[in-house]
Amino acid sequence: MTPGTNEAPGAGEAQKPRVLFVDDEPGLVSAVVRRLSLRDIAARGVTSSLDALREIDGAVFDVAVLDVRMPDIGGLDLLGQLRAKYPDMEVVLMSGHGSTENVEEGERLGAFDYLQKPVEIEELVAVIRRAMRRKARAHD
Amino acid sequence: MWGRRSADRDSVPPPEELRELDRSASDKARPMFSGSGYRRLRRNVVLSTTLVAIVPLVIMTIVNFGQYEQTLRTEKIQSINRLLMNNKRTLEFFLSERRSALSYLVRRHPFDELCDDGTLGRIIRDMNDAFSAGMFVDLGIIDSSGQQLCYSGPHDLEGHNYKNQRWFQEAIQRGKYTSTVFLGHRKSPHFAIATRYNRGTNDYYLLRATFDAEALRHQIHTAGLHLEDDIFLIDRDGVLQTHSRRYGAISKKISFFMPHGSPGVEVGLHKDEQGSAIFLGYANISDSPFVLTFVRSAYESVGGWSVPTRLFGFLLVSAVLILVVILWGSGQFVDSLRTANRRRATLMHKVEYSNKLASIGRLAAGVAHEINNPLAIINENSGLLKDLIQLQAEFPEREQFLESIDLVLGSVARCKAITHRLLGFAKHMNVQYEQIDVPLLVKEVLGFLERELEYRHIHVETRHGKGLPNIYSDRGQLLQVFLNLLNNAAGAIKDRGHIKINIDREEDAWIAVSVADDGVGIEKRNLQRIFEPFFTTKGGGGTGLGLSITYGIVHKLGGKIAVESEVGRGTCFTVRLPVTKEGEATP
Repeated sequence: MTPGTNEAPGAGEAQKPRVLFVDDEPGLVSAVVRRLSLRDIAARGVTSSLDALREIDGAVFDVAVLDVRMPDIGGLDLLGQLRAKYPDMEVVLMSGHGSTENVEEGERLGAFDYLQKPVEIEELVAVIRRAMRRKARAHD
Repeated sequence: MWGRRSADRDSVPPPEELRELDRSASDKARPMFSGSGYRRLRRNVVLSTTLVAIVPLVIMTIVNFGQYEQTLRTEKIQSINRLLMNNKRTLEFFLSERRSALSYLVRRHPFDELCDDGTLGRIIRDMNDAFSAGMFVDLGIIDSSGQQLCYSGPHDLEGHNYKNQRWFQEAIQRGKYTSTVFLGHRKSPHFAIATRYNRGTNDYYLLRATFDAEALRHQIHTAGLHLEDDIFLIDRDGVLQTHSRRYGAISKKISFFMPHGSPGVEVGLHKDEQGSAIFLGYANISDSPFVLTFVRSAYESVGGWSVPTRLFGFLLVSAVLILVVILWGSGQFVDSLRTANRRRATLMHKVEYSNKLASIGRLAAGVAHEINNPLAIINENSGLLKDLIQLQAEFPEREQFLESIDLVLGSVARCKAITHRLLGFAKHMNVQYEQIDVPLLVKEVLGFLERELEYRHIHVETRHGKGLPNIYSDRGQLLQVFLNLLNNAAGAIKDRGHIKINIDREEDAWIAVSVADDGVGIEKRNLQRIFEPFFTTKGGGGTGLGLSITYGIVHKLGGKIAVESEVGRGTCFTVRLPVTKEGEATP
C-alpha cells in the first residue's frame, strides 16, 4: 500500500472524521481503512511513519491511529512530533505489545487512547468518535 | 486430598518464610554456612577470642605479679632492715649499759668494800631501782683462780669455782664477757655479764652479774610487727635465746639457716624448714653471742588468702568471666550471622524469583506481540469480508460465508483472550481493587473449565461458609490465581477424579480458599520448589510458570499461599486473601 491510496478525505466529506491509520502491516492497513470507510469515516492508510508525516503535510486529519512499533520512526516518537506540530489532531496509539511503560509514555505525550491489538472495528470507531467529540469541545 | 491435614502430610509453609525454599535456591541464595559450619565457626571464634583475651591476661598477671613481688620484696626488706636496726641498737644499748654499770661498780668501790654480801645485795637493789627493767638476779665476785669470793643472790653459789669453765677463760682474756642464755644452777633462763678488774700486775677479779632472760625479750620492740611476724634472739649456733612464735621455746635449735658474723643487718628471701618462702633478717648484737632474728612470711595472707592465691583466684575468676562473655557473645554473633545469612538467602531467592518473572514477562510480551499482529490482520480482513458480504445482496452460500467468517472471528477472539492474558502476566499491571464475592468468583472460574471437567467426569464440590464478606482485591488477577489452581488440580487427577473447593473465613481478616484434589500428589523434594519459575513436574507438558505466577499474584494482593501434598493421595493448595487492603480496618 502506498501513501495517498484509500478513501482520502476530500471536499464534501468535511463532516466525516478524517483519520490517518499508520501500521507497518499493509494487509491490516488496507482492511482497516476500508472498514472505517464503510462506517462513514474518511480514512487514509500508510505503512511507515515517514509516509505518515508526508501524508499529514498534504492533508488535514482529525485523528491519527498509530502503531507503537514501527520500523522507521516509532509510534511514540511520531506521537511526540504530531502533538508538537499538529496540536489539534488527536492521536490514538495501538500495539500488540501493550507494555505498561508504553501506555504511560503515550499518556504523558498526549495520546487520546491506547488500544490493544487485535482491535475490534467497532471499538476503534467508538474511540475515533470520542476523539472527535473531544476535539469539537476543544474548538467550542 | 479432601482437606485432611495430618501431621505426616508433606507441607510447605507460606513461601515468604522460605526456610525450606532456601535449600532449593541457587548457590548464590544458599546460606553461607550449614549447621555444622556454624558450630565450627562458633568454636573457632571462641578459641581465637579466648586465646586473644586470656593469654594477655595471664601474661599481664604474671608480669604484674613479678613487679608486685619485686616491689613488695624491696619494701619488706627495707622495713625489716629498719626494724632490725632499731632493735639491734636497743639491745646493744641495753647490754652496754649493764656492762658500763659493772665497770663503774668495780671502779667506784674498793675490792674490800665491794666483796661484801651486804654491799652486793644493796647494789642489786639499787641497780634494779635505777634501771628500768633492770632484771639483775645476782652479783658475784670471782678471783683470778676462779673462786667465787662473795655472792649476793637467790642461790647459794659462794665458794663455787669457775676456773675450768669456758666463759671464765674468755672473760679473763677479753676483759668483758656476755654469756648466752642458759639454765645453770638457777634452773631458769638467764644470761651473765662479767667484767675484769686488775688489782695489781698479776692480780685481778671478775664482777659477774646474771640477768633474767626475759630482760632480753623486753628489749625487743614489737611495734609495727605484722600478725605473723616473728622476732627473737638466737646464738651463733642457732639456739633460741628468747621464745619464738614459729620455732618454739628457749634452747631449741633452728637449723634452716646459720647467721654470718657480719656486723650489719642482713635481710633476704629464704626457705624455712617447711620449704615456705620467708623473709629472713638478722643482726649480730655487738659484744654478745646474740643474733637478733626476724622472720616474715613472703606472701602474707590477707583475710586468709595469700597474695599468689588471690592473684590466681583473680586470674581464674577473670578467665571464667571472659569465657562466659565469649561464649555468650559468640553465640549472639553466630546467631546474628545465621539470621543475616538466612535473610540474605531469602532476599537472593526473591531476587532470583523476580528476575525469572521479569524474564517471563519479556518473553510473554514478545510472544504476544508477534501473535497479535497477524491476529489483527486476520481479524480485520475477516471483518472486512463480513462487512462486504453483508453489503451484498443474496447470493448462493451467503450464510455459509458469514458463518465461516464468524468462526474465524471467534477463533481470533479466543487467541486474543490468550495473548491478552499472557500480556496481563507480563505487564505487572497495577492492582485494580474492587469488591469481590469470592464464591461467585470461584464459580466464574469453574465456568471456564466446565466443559473440560464434564468431559473428564471430574466431580467438583464447592463449599463455603455463610455470610462471607466481600473482599477488596483485584478481580482479574484472582481469576487467574484460581484458574491456575483449578487447572493444576484437573491436570493432577485422572478422569473421574474429585476436586473439593472450600471457602471460609479465618480470623476475621482473611478468606481462605483451599483447592484439594485426589490426584497423584507431589513428592516432598519437589514440593519445596513448586513456586519457583520454570519448575515443573509435568515434563514437556508444563511451562513451570503457573504456580510461580500464582504465587506472585497472591503476594502482590497481600495474601499467602501454602501447599500440602502426599504422593498418591493428592494435593491441597490454600490461598489466604486479606478481606481488606493492607492498613484498612476489617469490616
